Amino acid sequence: MTEDFNSPGYDIPPEMEGQVAITTLDKVYNWSRRNSIWPMMFGLACCGIEMICAATSRFDFSRFGMEVMRPSPRQSDLMIVSGTVTKKMIPQIVRLYNQMPEPKYVLAMGACASGGGPFKEGYSVVDGVDKFIPVDVYVPGCPPTPQALLHGLITLQKKIDIQSIKNVRWYSKDPVEAIPIPVLGPDLMDPREYELIKDYTAEKQVEEEEVPVAEEA
Amino acid sequence: MSEEVLVEQKTELEERFPEISRDERKGYAGFIVPAEKLVEFATGLRDEFGYDFLSSVTGVDYLPEEKLEVVYHAYKTTGGSELVYKVQVPRDNPVVPSLTPVFPGANLQEREAWDLVGIRFDGHPNLKRVLTWEGFEGHPLQKDWQEPFYEEDGKPFKSRWPGGDVIRSEDNNPFNKNVDYPEGFDPALWEPVGESAVYAGVGRLDHAVSETALSTDQIVVNLGPQHPSTHGVFRMVVRLEGETVVDLEPVMGYLHRNHEKIGERNTFLMNIPFTDRLDYFNSMSNNFGYVLAVEKLMGTKPPERAEYLRVMMAELTRIVNHLAAIGFLLNDLGAFFTPLLYAFEERELILDIFEAVSGSRMMCNYYRFAGMARDLPDGVFEQVKSLVLDRLPAKIDDLDTFLTNNEIIRARSIGVGVLTAEDAIAHSAVGPVLRASGVPYDVRRADPYGIYNRFEFDVAVRYHGDIYDRYLIRLDEIRQSIRILEQVIRDIPEGPIQEGKPQYQVRVPAGEAYGRVEGPKGELGFYVVSNGKPNPWRYHVRAPSFINLTALGVMGKNYKIADVVSILGSIDIVLGETDR
Repeated sequence: MTEDFNSPGYDIPPEMEGQVAITTLDKVYNWSRRNSIWPMMFGLACCGIEMICAATSRFDFSRFGMEVMRPSPRQSDLMIVSGTVTKKMIPQIVRLYNQMPEPKYVLAMGACASGGGPFKEGYSVVDGVDKFIPVDVYVPGCPPTPQALLHGLITLQKKIDIQSIKNVRWYSKDPVEAIPIPVLGPDLMDPREYELIKDYTAEKQVEEEEVPVAEEA
Repeated sequence: MSEEVLVEQKTELEERFPEISRDERKGYAGFIVPAEKLVEFATGLRDEFGYDFLSSVTGVDYLPEEKLEVVYHAYKTTGGSELVYKVQVPRDNPVVPSLTPVFPGANLQEREAWDLVGIRFDGHPNLKRVLTWEGFEGHPLQKDWQEPFYEEDGKPFKSRWPGGDVIRSEDNNPFNKNVDYPEGFDPALWEPVGESAVYAGVGRLDHAVSETALSTDQIVVNLGPQHPSTHGVFRMVVRLEGETVVDLEPVMGYLHRNHEKIGERNTFLMNIPFTDRLDYFNSMSNNFGYVLAVEKLMGTKPPERAEYLRVMMAELTRIVNHLAAIGFLLNDLGAFFTPLLYAFEERELILDIFEAVSGSRMMCNYYRFAGMARDLPDGVFEQVKSLVLDRLPAKIDDLDTFLTNNEIIRARSIGVGVLTAEDAIAHSAVGPVLRASGVPYDVRRADPYGIYNRFEFDVAVRYHGDIYDRYLIRLDEIRQSIRILEQVIRDIPEGPIQEGKPQYQVRVPAGEAYGRVEGPKGELGFYVVSNGKPNPWRYHVRAPSFINLTALGVMGKNYKIADVVSILGSIDIVLGETDR
């Protein structure tokens, strides 16, 4: 195992080989994190079933240290957004994301979570969870097979491997700001966009008054 | 039921209710009932004519005629075909008397018709939005309502086809996402109404649950939509006295994916893959129900081999579903994940077959109008044969041995969550939930479709109506499915699998049709209205998971909160179908 750790360029005496490793802090830190990613037990739709399949005997993602699914966001490292994100659900998802402790990752599983998928044109579907929370890995498919999900998780491990304590978000001087929780009004509203919404609806009203027949057409 | 009996009964009905008139539109059937006579008619139909099961209630917007229509499908629990009746109301004042006091099973369906079509039900005890949220603008299934990414009324969109152009809908939207707001709307002046509306439905009891119980404060507890026991994004609001549930209200819509609106924009063929995603455990039987409805309109039938393939796939998917249902129920009963691992082992083997025939493990998209997408590839028939004849029966017995007499399972499930036969029928419960309450009603037997009348099988029925019986009945049904599969394997003929040429654009004559199958979760119905155009005018899904939840309140009251979790597990819901 120490071979994984050893930084090149250091000679280790033969009698200590396999017992001592000379390495960097980053490497140890990332090695421990990458092999104990706890996903949140959180199935949204069809993809959630394939996520469960990835946990069962045939695919078994515990081989990668991920079997501890936590129902509580406070204990999880990874949010697998497994399914269609609806407007009614996104406030809860953002709240759950805010409740997860750093370091945290998001994997968008399937076409719906990545960009709306087959239901994108619908009136109550969010066209991609990345409109609200940052996504680290996208897994395509409808639904992705368990193998595809495993590939996504391994990709996430690779992403963790190259992170460095020096510049990660959660050790920066400024606190990480929570994402404002969207609000369900006549349609889904992002609190950051209130001004924009106001301008848009006012403009729409003016247009409406100018061209009264537009609605009938 | 033969034609003559139907005709005779119609006249009898007309004599009893002179106000009703026949639906004379071409391709339509049933009766049109004046709104003010509806409750009297429905009650009389139930008490005097035996149509005691109100299966489906839905609304249709007939925009050109300036009318909204409520369509009711009633059945007899003793079997037979449907009786359809309709109420027409003007579009500018759509008020219909509620049938909820007569048939409690209409409760959620009327709320859905209010939510999506905008028909107000006078006398409904709790008329709130159910799939969208309180405060949502408009009623999406009205024909003149347009979604933010609206392009055209029907596909294929001219902007993309036949040129094959790719357009991101976001680029045409000022917010770069799927939102739109009514004119003159100001977020600063807006007052939220959503959450308080949910809690308003959970009524308060004035007296304590029992005389001897310690009196405690009642509290409202919210389970879900993110909760490990809710099978996805279902949510319950419960009012508790101590640990006892006093009142319970299901809250859904967290996975509302606009199935019906998208379905009305799609062409008929395009809807088949969307039905896969309704009840994502059972894409095969979802396909089955939808193609049956459209085949009724088209007046076609698949060739013999395709009929057998349909039954084969539908029964395999029933096994998949019941295995998973048992596994998840055991999760809820505290046997975390181990039974599920056993169940999923067999499920994987069946999914291998699905993948081989259709190309996808879960979203099979395998049925076509008047046929199937493709024949079985080489070797798959042998795979089915060895699985069904050699492996599955023993594995089901294993599950039975490990679970059925387990002391904890018995203690937690016998006598818990009881639903009486009368309540089950009144609440329009279907499938294993209905049959576990002692009503031997199975669409495969009561109103056979496809070639189900050829097979020998028993309608599984249990009589206690508790969680334990709902668990046992699923084991029974797996065994019956294996029995049917054995006959399919024995009898399946060689031959074509598609009647005529496979077509991308089918011609569907104007009219209405209701196709229903006994899905693993219960009666799954598709109500399709065509006006002769390439897209359906109305496309409604009667979802068993959704309507079975109507009875959750009855089942869950006066049990402990931990029991309610397992009661929900025993209904076996899938959110994709509940919320559509």
